[in-house]
Amino acid sequence: MHIGIQHYLAVSMILFCLGLLGVIMRRNLLVIYMSLELMLNAANLALVAFSRFNNKLDGQVLVFFIITVAAAEVAVGLALIVALYRKRQSAHVEDLTSMKL
Amino acid sequence: MEAINNLLSGSNVTDVLFYVFAVLTLLCAVLVVANPFSRNPVTSAMFLVLTIISMSGLFLLLHAFFLAAVQILVYAGAVIVLFIFVIMLLDLKEEQRRKIKFFGLAAGLVSVGIVVSIFLKSLASIQPNVAEPALEGETYALGKLLFTHYTLPFEIVSVLLLVAMIGVILLSKKKLE
Repeated sequence: MHIGIQHYLAVSMILFCLGLLGVIMRRNLLVIYMSLELMLNAANLALVAFSRFNNKLDGQVLVFFIITVAAAEVAVGLALIVALYRKRQSAHVEDLTSMKL
Repeated sequence: MEAINNLLSGSNVTDVLFYVFAVLTLLCAVLVVANPFSRNPVTSAMFLVLTIISMSGLFLLLHAFFLAAVQILVYAGAVIVLFIFVIMLLDLKEEQRRKIKFFGLAAGLVSVGIVVSIFLKSLASIQPNVAEPALEGETYALGKLLFTHYTLPFEIVSVLLLVAMIGVILLSKKKLE
């Protein structure tokens, strides 16, 4: 069977689900962050596939912007994690309950 | 570039390569999220690198040459290094296995089900295209589009990077005032 857009979308969907499960199930803040990156990458793959099979370059420009924003987001998020760790000595989500009612 | 194009035009080779890269990507992604052998975040970061690299192989198969290069440069080059630095800085102990909460599992399964249903819905609306797509994601075409049609977002992104930089410096100062 010839490789079409469906195959790429399937890979992207599975990757997104894996990232989603990682965000929900893991307890380590850093691993949660990596799972977020996986989800962003899955979206990128879907966008590139759409752009290729619709003969429009706009999707790839969007992916370029997503990569830029993801890099900025990682920098800010990791700085937040480091600041949090300095205050609480922990990077586990279960130890961060001060905003719990 | 010509050699890559010739290689990519042979449909049999691309099909095999697609499956190789797809399986590699998904396997490494599973090992990022749920590694049965180690709970160390460093292992997750290393498998994230492999995921990124095999995904840029998928980008190559989609003829997005520039994005494949950017993917490796930015993710494998910058983001992962940042992750590793922070892991070493925090001196994290290996995460002990805790019991999976029922609520978390249920929430995960429900959200995965929603994503899968969206996927099946979109799959039904795809028309099978007969013509072979002829799009080339070369740097020239992408740059031309970026500096003509997408000039304003491009400038805004540069401001965003500046803001992120200032924010990171402020956040990592010793004393937050």
